[in-house]
Amino acid sequence: MPEPFVKTTSRVIAIPRANIDTDQICPARFLKITDKAGLADALFFDWRFTPDGQRRQPPSFIDEPRNAGRQILLVGDNFGAGSSREHAPWALRAWGVRAIFSTSFADIFRGNSLKNALLPIVVSPERHASLTALLAANPDGEWTVDLEAQKVTLPGGDSFDFEIDPFARTMILPGTDEVGYVLSRLPAIEAWEAAHPARVDTREGAATR
Amino acid sequence: MADRPRTLVEKIWDDHVVASEPGAPAILAIDLHLVHEVTSPQAFTGLRARGLKVRKPGQTVATADHSIPTLDPSIPIADELAAKQLRQIEENCREFGIPFHGKGSPNRGIVHVIGPELGLTQPGMTIVCGDSHTATHGAFGALAFGIGTSEIEMVLATQTLLQRKPKTFQVRIDGRLRPGVGAKDIILALIARIGIGGGTGHVIEYTGDAIRALSMEERMTVCNMSIEGGARAGLIAPDETTFAYLKGRRFAPRGEAWDAAVARWRALPSDEGATYDRTIVIDGDALEPMVTYGTNPGMGVPISGRIPSPAELEPGARDDLGRALAYMGLEPGASIAGRKLDVVFIGSCTNGRIEDMRAAASILRGRHVADGLRVLVVPGSQQVKKQAESEGLHEVFKAAGAEWRESGCSMCIAMNGDQLEPGQYGISTSNRNFEGRQGKGGRTFLASPLTAAASAVAGVVTDPRTLPGVASLPTVARSSAVEAN
Repeated sequence: MPEPFVKTTSRVIAIPRANIDTDQICPARFLKITDKAGLADALFFDWRFTPDGQRRQPPSFIDEPRNAGRQILLVGDNFGAGSSREHAPWALRAWGVRAIFSTSFADIFRGNSLKNALLPIVVSPERHASLTALLAANPDGEWTVDLEAQKVTLPGGDSFDFEIDPFARTMILPGTDEVGYVLSRLPAIEAWEAAHPARVDTREGAATR
Repeated sequence: MADRPRTLVEKIWDDHVVASEPGAPAILAIDLHLVHEVTSPQAFTGLRARGLKVRKPGQTVATADHSIPTLDPSIPIADELAAKQLRQIEENCREFGIPFHGKGSPNRGIVHVIGPELGLTQPGMTIVCGDSHTATHGAFGALAFGIGTSEIEMVLATQTLLQRKPKTFQVRIDGRLRPGVGAKDIILALIARIGIGGGTGHVIEYTGDAIRALSMEERMTVCNMSIEGGARAGLIAPDETTFAYLKGRRFAPRGEAWDAAVARWRALPSDEGATYDRTIVIDGDALEPMVTYGTNPGMGVPISGRIPSPAELEPGARDDLGRALAYMGLEPGASIAGRKLDVVFIGSCTNGRIEDMRAAASILRGRHVADGLRVLVVPGSQQVKKQAESEGLHEVFKAAGAEWRESGCSMCIAMNGDQLEPGQYGISTSNRNFEGRQGKGGRTFLASPLTAAASAVAGVVTDPRTLPGVASLPTVARSSAVEAN
């Protein structure tokens, strides 16, 4: 069951690349698990290790020693493109990431992230450029992402509001379970089903398959 | 609302809204849920933890495709994790009463190949699967899209999803494709134009004469890669081609139910005067075979073209291209044709259907693959395999020096042992050329089955229209698809 999430304060990791796809975030060979174990180690694995398993030098973004423990990412446009694997947000969460700033997110990744209380925060290209400049000038400054107030506070005290799906916000803040929410509307589902007979029955002739 | 002209997407959407509360996403009913071994285990675990059953097992169907080996099925699975995952899907399906087309089933195959060939995929449906290529089913005029594992659990538990209404994006392909140019080239050209985030937030409806002229299998190829343009779904209005494909298939309606269904399906196409949030038009006559050179599907050029130079691009895109060319080991400005290859992969949910097998065989018949080249031909399903073998296509491939395998996702996602080695170049009929997608360090050129097969003969990226001895190439593969059963 989800836990409540209200805000986080953390230093920030910059990954200044566009179109980071979910095969980079969590390569497919790590999808053979049947649980969620070990995904923190899979995060950005092929960026971090050579094909023969050596850690790359200089270390990749999240492996830089000073980036240890940071919970916020500032990334390029269209983050999370490609596969629908929820292993991507699971791996980010397992590493400790709670919020990601970009100019856009791929649709399925954005939805999957919100279901795991990982906040995809969309900012304008201008804001993105100023955040990038701020982070370059103050790489160890702490940012606060406050979901309840929908506000980001930067080192030095500047702040700005951000947009997020209002429904997702109301689910994430108290840690409400979406399946429970829908099941509480069961009468509406039953009424729809009564008026719309199933189009197929996949079990038909199952004995001969 | 009934008076306002509506698009195909809006009609399907309106038909499936169970509840719509202010501020909340709609609760959308799901007609068909396709399940495979890789993205479902944690959803079943969640269901068990809640003590819930699968709400509609008869609207759910499962198979094994991603991590299953394509070798002789009598060989034990060497990869213990894959073997465990395959055991788990079988156990989960048994426990929850879901029909499962597993190893040994004549109906097993890539989830997006078997849905249509069994007649489960039908116009006007909402279809979901924990796989981003679920848009394939949009070829039938269904609203079909990929979902994550939390959403799989939601659909298993409730047969609904919480969804916000998508925007609509019309992609009109006018004119007529020239010989040697096919569905794969349409979609690669579109993605090269709009970019891999170009369709974000939208559902694409493909329209126009060039789309109407496509067979169902070619339409599936186009819709399949909608996600590569950022669109979660892509669809095509149903027509006589759709109905002819579906009639007589195992799960298609029969008798009076068929007539009623066709009448319902005929009302689905977008109304005259319906508006889209966005529209673009592409001239089908001007399209050429397409090949990608980079590390995302938007990095594609006509096969007679050159690899772009970072200096030609907008400043923001230069880094992306520079990194992609460094990974690919390619020179800016070089021609894409003639690039050396190590491996050719023909298969996947994009191009693993019988017409794709026929297209590849039309090139490989009486020819041999280049020395030192590994060529893997992997049918999309066991039904495709059986049909291909009944036509003798497997003998064509084997005589040409290619490997003929059992069905599955195979080297498209490289989870089952079929993969590129670090540094190898492969031309692939699949859908993604991301870094490491086909094996860590592997380098992928995406192309059509005709282009891949021609390249297999030459050993380098080759325009199928220029292969010596190829007098004519098919335009639209009009031959019938896998027979209904």
